[in-house]
Amino acid sequence: MTRDDITRNLLAIFAKQFEIENPGMDEDLREAYEFDSIDAIELLREIELMLGDPLTRDEKESAMTIRTFGQIVDYVEGLAKTRAQLGDAR
Amino acid sequence: MNRRVVITGAAAITPIGHGKADIVRSLREGVSGVRPLRDDGLLSSRIQSGVYGTVDYPIAYEFKRSDRKTMGPVAYYACQVAKEALAESGLLPEFITSGRMGVAFGSIHGSPSVHRQIYSSFFDTTDTHLSNAGAVDYLKSMVHTTAVNITRMFGITGRVIASTTACTTSSQSIGFGYEAVKFGLQDAMLCGGADEYDTTTVAVFDNLLACSTAYNDRPDQTPRPFDKNRDGLVVGEGAGAVVLEEYNAAKKRGAPILGEVVGFSCCNNGGDLILPNKNGIVQTLRLGLESAGLAPDQIDFVSAHATATKMGDVIEAMAMAETYGSGPLVTGLKSYMGHTMAACGVIETILTLYMMEQGFVAPTRNLETVDERCAGIRHVRELTETPIRTAVIQNFAFGGVNTCLILKQETP
Repeated sequence: MTRDDITRNLLAIFAKQFEIENPGMDEDLREAYEFDSIDAIELLREIELMLGDPLTRDEKESAMTIRTFGQIVDYVEGLAKTRAQLGDAR
Repeated sequence: MNRRVVITGAAAITPIGHGKADIVRSLREGVSGVRPLRDDGLLSSRIQSGVYGTVDYPIAYEFKRSDRKTMGPVAYYACQVAKEALAESGLLPEFITSGRMGVAFGSIHGSPSVHRQIYSSFFDTTDTHLSNAGAVDYLKSMVHTTAVNITRMFGITGRVIASTTACTTSSQSIGFGYEAVKFGLQDAMLCGGADEYDTTTVAVFDNLLACSTAYNDRPDQTPRPFDKNRDGLVVGEGAGAVVLEEYNAAKKRGAPILGEVVGFSCCNNGGDLILPNKNGIVQTLRLGLESAGLAPDQIDFVSAHATATKMGDVIEAMAMAETYGSGPLVTGLKSYMGHTMAACGVIETILTLYMMEQGFVAPTRNLETVDERCAGIRHVRELTETPIRTAVIQNFAFGGVNTCLILKQETP
């Protein structure tokens, strides 16, 4: 999954699930859209579905400091790379 | 401390209309809100009863996403009536959020449609090892979802009472809210109840042979409280909310005063959890009158629980005859919309306030031939233009819970 694919998927999730259209990459989601911890948990579930793989507890906890859409894209890109590497190793 | 408590806002979503104008028109014109049971793809085909008190009109909700995200259908109903009742009361946000106002609100089991989604995902045979319950599913479905979604939406910081006693849920909400204001624990309370469209409840009553089944092809002819040919209750959906406020504060700010709550009682039958109990009902009604300082002959109107079950109506009629004699006018308001479960007490309270304001009493629908065992009370058989100065709203629930609320027209 490329960064563009991830960005496109996340934008679709934000629009459908959170009614947030095209958030700025560096906007603070809580301040701009009232995106709170409940939304963050919902988003993690959507990310699991996107990756087709469950997230570990550590991976979920590492997401709790994320504040912007750009950071979410980075986070998912990292998750996807880890899974790709694990797949190659197998 | 013993303060007077008045109602300064009221709103209802019912199978016979949303808002005072619609509801009063339906009461005056004898409109039924009972419709054929919808196919739910799960239980409806296995249920004998084919009728339901249905809210079949659109409701224009205008809730922010941040409020909506923790709401199932039952909380939508609850928040909408809460919003309308608060608007009518004219209470300002500074007061609503001050901690001097609380919420007493309930439903019989949260949101059954969200429960259904949760359990569907748990029993999904395509196990993907992914999270199968949403972060907000519990908040949408939990038993106190109505009360706390209201507190969230309006920033209410006072006490929270989430009564969940089946058919006495919202009459308890009003009663406990009344006591909180009367005894000075809060200066105002937003009280009520809601239940969404749900076939689980129909299945429960159907299993107990308590649901109406003989009128599936003629939904508007059931339920038939006190009628010789009644054959059981009709489950329904709806919501209602009232704002209770301390009298002097309400007068001082020029609030609309829709009526005064002057008494409340709540008792248990102390035994069987299903069978109606005449002694338990009589005890509850007498304690209610005592708490209001009223004699039975001072009651103008009784909104009977009157579900149209075979035994429930007989026991209630006998208890009323023993308590009030044949003085007050008696109507079974469920005849218009079925049994809205957690919402019935507050909806019947609001309908009574509307009739009190407009000086009429709606008749019991479908009461064609009074069951002789339900005689001995003054059934309202036709639309009656008459003042209501005092009224009783009585409700009884599975679990042997009985409540009695007493309302009065405001007197200076």
